[in-house]
Amino acid sequence: MTWSEMQPLLTQGTVDTLYMVLWSALVTVLAGLPLGVLLVLTDKGGLLANTPVNKVIGVIVNIGRSLPFIILLIALIPFTTWVVGTFIGPTAMIVPLAVGAIPFFARLVETAIREVDHGLVEAVQSMGGSIPTIVRKVLLPQALPSLVSGVTTTVIVLIGYSAMAGAVGGEGLGSKAVTYGFQRFDNQFMLVTVVLLVVIVTVVQLIGDGAVRLLARRGRTTT
Amino acid sequence: MVFQHFNLLASRTVQDNVELPLEILGVSGRDRARKALDLLDLVGLSDKAKAYPGQLSGGQKQRVGIARALAGDPKVLLSDEATSALDPETTRSVLQLLRDLNQQLGLTVLLITHEMDVVKTVCDSAALMRRGRVVESGTVRELLATPGSELAHELFPVGGTASGPDSTVVDVTFHGEAAGRPVISQLSRTYNIDISILGAAMDTVGGNQIGRMRIELPGRFEENVVPIGFLREQGLQAVVVEPEAPAVPVRTSAPLTKEAVK
Repeated sequence: MTWSEMQPLLTQGTVDTLYMVLWSALVTVLAGLPLGVLLVLTDKGGLLANTPVNKVIGVIVNIGRSLPFIILLIALIPFTTWVVGTFIGPTAMIVPLAVGAIPFFARLVETAIREVDHGLVEAVQSMGGSIPTIVRKVLLPQALPSLVSGVTTTVIVLIGYSAMAGAVGGEGLGSKAVTYGFQRFDNQFMLVTVVLLVVIVTVVQLIGDGAVRLLARRGRTTT
Repeated sequence: MVFQHFNLLASRTVQDNVELPLEILGVSGRDRARKALDLLDLVGLSDKAKAYPGQLSGGQKQRVGIARALAGDPKVLLSDEATSALDPETTRSVLQLLRDLNQQLGLTVLLITHEMDVVKTVCDSAALMRRGRVVESGTVRELLATPGSELAHELFPVGGTASGPDSTVVDVTFHGEAAGRPVISQLSRTYNIDISILGAAMDTVGGNQIGRMRIELPGRFEENVVPIGFLREQGLQAVVVEPEAPAVPVRTSAPLTKEAVK
């Protein structure tokens, strides 16, 4: 295959991959963030300590975390069809991608929030701050650098997942690699795809690291 | 409330930290900024408003903590071991600030501390807590006047044991005007006895000299009734220390001292 033949395939693949990853990342953050916060708040000794709720969320998250993504992908086909109307194509793939990444991201959020010094929570409580205030003004801003690096990790995991989605009816670089690299044994095409993926992941990581550094510079932790 | 470990939000500037309680109280943006800057001025940090807590020293952070605690116009400022994480010099300046706030704003400061120097430096009255209960309380002077007061012993520790069986050990507490008179030397000259000082702790509290001293008089207690009576006549408090039953109780656990500046 010549370069001019490859180029439109690669461009389309990259666009589809980014489309799937970015939308599913957005959904993941929107759903995973409250879930992670809830995991911390409802934990024993938390501000909203509620063992049954905590256990239920924990079990759901663990189920989501323990299924290999390719299996989750297939298992979710009825759900995906119900939500999007089809289970083929990049838009349909956003559903399993998000479902797969939400538990992962929720755990990262949980870890990040747990690292916030409890003294700060106490300080805001002494000012009469409510739980939503504590979450908004203390937990999230203080954990922001860790949260941002969690988002970076999640996006990279999603890029990996999206390649698997490509094998099961999604579009994107993964699907192109399966079609041309595996089914036609086009090594050259495969090599270009690999390089492209490395570049995409590196760029995401660099952006994420840059953002974390920017946030961390505002002030070292106080003890 | 002022905390031992400051508990400032690292992600907010100094000014935003002071504004936090006002945000919670629902004060509007401009009023918040004005109040925060006024408070930072009061604690002597107006030039650090835009700095982040990570860029400040421990003493500066605690001043921000105090400014933040004052933002809600409290009647009582609760200072929970606020100086325990600071070096002695910074401790002094933070205590001076608390004292100034107490006098300028008429603010009651409730100070929790284990540092007896802090009590001596700023407190008007003190209470000793042990196992969640107030064991002793009163003004510093009252406590000193109480025989066998644990807190008085903590504040003005005196040690030393008798050099031999043929002597009497007396704990003398000075407070009020008697502290200004050369009582010991008068005692020595009047009764022509040699007095050795075993231990002493003196300090100036609120402009008055105050303190305790452990002295040894030659001879048994029976022979020293008159000199001890002399000390008591001078308005001093003299307690004979029994060798077998020390006046100072053995401490089993470190007491938590609670202090109030009224």
